[in-house]
Amino acid sequence: MKKAGIIMVIGSLLLLGLFKFPLWNIMLGAPQYPDPLGMNIYIDGIQGVKEFDLQNIDGLNHYIGMKTIPKPEEMWEFSVFPKVILGMAVLGVLIGFLGFFEKLNYKFFLGWFLLMSVLGVAGMYDFNNWLTDYGGNLDPHAIIKVTMPDGSPMSYKPPLIGYKKLLNFDVDSWPHLGGYLLFVGMALTLVAFWIGRKATLKRVK
Amino acid sequence: MKNKFKLSIGLMVAALAFTSCNNSSSSKGALGSSIAEKVYIAPGEHDSHYAFLSGGYSGNLLVYGLPSGRMFKEIPVFSQFPTNGYGYSEETKPMLETSYGFIPWDDSHHPDISQTNGELDGRWIFINGNNTPRIARISLTTFETEEIIEVPNSAGNHSSSFITENTEYVVAGTRFSVPVPQRDMPINEYKGNFKGALSFISVDPDHGHMDIKFQVLMPGFNYDLSHPGRGKSHGWFFFTTYNTEEANSLLEVNASQNDKDFIAAINWKKIEEYVNNGGGTMMPANYAHNLYDEATHTGTSTMKKEVRVVNPSEVPGAVYFLPTPKSPHGVDVDPSGEYIVGNGKLSANLTVHSFTKMLDAIEKERFDGEAYGIPILNFEDILAGSVEQAGLGPLHTEFDGQGNGYTTFFISSEVVKWKLGTWEVLDRKPTYYSVGHLTIPGGNSRKPFGKYMFAMNKITKDRYLPVGPEMEHSAQLYDISGDKMELLLDFPTHGEPHYAAAIPAEIIKGNSKKFYKLAENEHPRKATTGAETKVVREGKNVHVYMTMIRSHFNPDNIEGVKVGDKVFFHVTNLEQDFDVPHGFAVIGANNAELLIGPGQTRTLTWEPKQVGVWPFYCTDFCSALHQEMQGYVRVSPADSDIELSWSLGE
Repeated sequence: MKKAGIIMVIGSLLLLGLFKFPLWNIMLGAPQYPDPLGMNIYIDGIQGVKEFDLQNIDGLNHYIGMKTIPKPEEMWEFSVFPKVILGMAVLGVLIGFLGFFEKLNYKFFLGWFLLMSVLGVAGMYDFNNWLTDYGGNLDPHAIIKVTMPDGSPMSYKPPLIGYKKLLNFDVDSWPHLGGYLLFVGMALTLVAFWIGRKATLKRVK
Repeated sequence: MKNKFKLSIGLMVAALAFTSCNNSSSSKGALGSSIAEKVYIAPGEHDSHYAFLSGGYSGNLLVYGLPSGRMFKEIPVFSQFPTNGYGYSEETKPMLETSYGFIPWDDSHHPDISQTNGELDGRWIFINGNNTPRIARISLTTFETEEIIEVPNSAGNHSSSFITENTEYVVAGTRFSVPVPQRDMPINEYKGNFKGALSFISVDPDHGHMDIKFQVLMPGFNYDLSHPGRGKSHGWFFFTTYNTEEANSLLEVNASQNDKDFIAAINWKKIEEYVNNGGGTMMPANYAHNLYDEATHTGTSTMKKEVRVVNPSEVPGAVYFLPTPKSPHGVDVDPSGEYIVGNGKLSANLTVHSFTKMLDAIEKERFDGEAYGIPILNFEDILAGSVEQAGLGPLHTEFDGQGNGYTTFFISSEVVKWKLGTWEVLDRKPTYYSVGHLTIPGGNSRKPFGKYMFAMNKITKDRYLPVGPEMEHSAQLYDISGDKMELLLDFPTHGEPHYAAAIPAEIIKGNSKKFYKLAENEHPRKATTGAETKVVREGKNVHVYMTMIRSHFNPDNIEGVKVGDKVFFHVTNLEQDFDVPHGFAVIGANNAELLIGPGQTRTLTWEPKQVGVWPFYCTDFCSALHQEMQGYVRVSPADSDIELSWSLGE
């Protein structure tokens, strides 16, 4: 259980990378933008990859009637997400320590993982809702209105993950360093669970 | 044992692979050495070198790429440039102020890139205005003219603008000697009375700001070209002279009588020391110093009222004359600083002086007379050698850093490659036609980049499709990396390039600015937000504080302007992205348009003369809604009582 506890602690601590590195990144390239515009999504707000990227994305988006990219104070998520991540990291470290000193069952490791997964899926769901609104809730007086072949207005929703072509833009949406640290951290807690389980079962035998 | 065997087979296979590889590449030889391939830059690829060609009578500086010969930009320097409003906008008009008032034009000749330790550092490029003597400094981050200083006591600022090896000075010599100070006197009393001022303009190492440190008042010869000593000869400067006859009329005959003229060798370190100790005389003068501030986006012009002059006789041992045959034009110093090449333009030979021998002769005081108190050295004592019968009419020499010189010959229309030290001619190639200067990147520094050389020709004739009697000039690019020069490309140039400076692209391309930060804009009449836009009347002057962003002006409706008003449009481009300029043009403007870079503020003055509603619009196709980027000014009669008002989107 000692080894499992340490891995649990390390895995949980990796979540803290989200305070330093972006969770997600969306890049927008086009013929006129050989140097693509980009936004880095942090748990506490959205920042441009380059100094004026957000301003320039907003500048382009005003033609198609998209709202400006939200400031941290404009979305509750950016104040809640940091608290959730910090809380889960503290909880994970606590569980890890207690596991290390054999005060806790290895099943708590799995419990933490499942809770984190539920929160993560909820977060992704919320993020996707925002993307849908951001890309679809357009100003009716937009300068350029593009409709789909079926007559419905085009949505400029960036992909949740992966690549999509939006008019002249090539949009890439992928996790960034903070996101990868989160995934690795979560995977480690699962590893901690397996190791803890193995160690416990061995002892029982 | 078996393993060893396998290994040797492996090596054999590898060797075969290598040889067959070599074979295949040499069998592709014809294609591999295709000249087209050597100058072809695929779409989207970058050239390996920047070349800055003077614009001659365009007064500007042109930026080209090598080896493609493509032109990238015309940088306005001494001439008004309606294309972007330089010299027309209120911010840039002060750049063209002189003691003669506003001068809209000049003749630009010799660009030179700043150096550190004798190597190109790519911070600034300097260029001379020949007609109304001035020196300009152009930033190699913004590629805009940042400073122009007028040179007093000078006329025909031709032996300029060459810099010392740590950019301590940019040097400007006068081609025409004149009375100093200027006065009313008979022209035929020239001899002995006129002076030739050689100006040493200090360059601030941090900001590049120029200040005339001293002028050496030389005898009344014509000072044609100059170059700094470098390496061992650092601290000296060399000027060619012609008309040592001091003729004041029909110079083509009267200034060609002496078998030898001089190269003037100036020990500027010695004079600098003299001046630093209070030497020289402050003389009343009147000359403009124009400085552009990148933060305020505005130039200011101030008149300077005195200049320090030094008579060579005050500083013994600072100035010597090196006899040089036949009215030398260019004087060029090899990368080591040892050889000083005099290009005697009426001669078939090139004369090369030795710096070491020169110092030796000075030390032994082996003089062959003097001129106006300046010792003349003995030609034979200082001669390093001469390149015999190299061609007709040598003008200029550059160096490849491999021990070779390349000299242009105007009359025989060719470039000749010769070896330093042995003085033998190695190769010659024709130019089309009548070449003036030539340029090797860094070819007049301690460290030339000897891959390309280009020749700038005075006569074009049949090289391109005919376009009437007046044609642009022509340049030829040569590959000089092999034993023989190879002509690669003909390309037309703009105006009349004299000299050019070239530099490997990697030294400067990373420094090129993409836009001006709005947060750093300190223009006194900027508007950086909608809230800062306004229209203010100050008597007959109406100031419009306007912004522009894709794809509108703010405000775009203005009322309350009257006939007889002077309207100042202070327009700020709010874009913060690379290559998103906007233009501003208003009907009936008697000046030009404005082309305003992202983050920049520019002012156009408009004097409405007729009642009506008059449009203005963006001239640079900025966006899909560019055609919508327009506005109106209502102009009412002079006695109208309509109040000023302005709006956007109402």
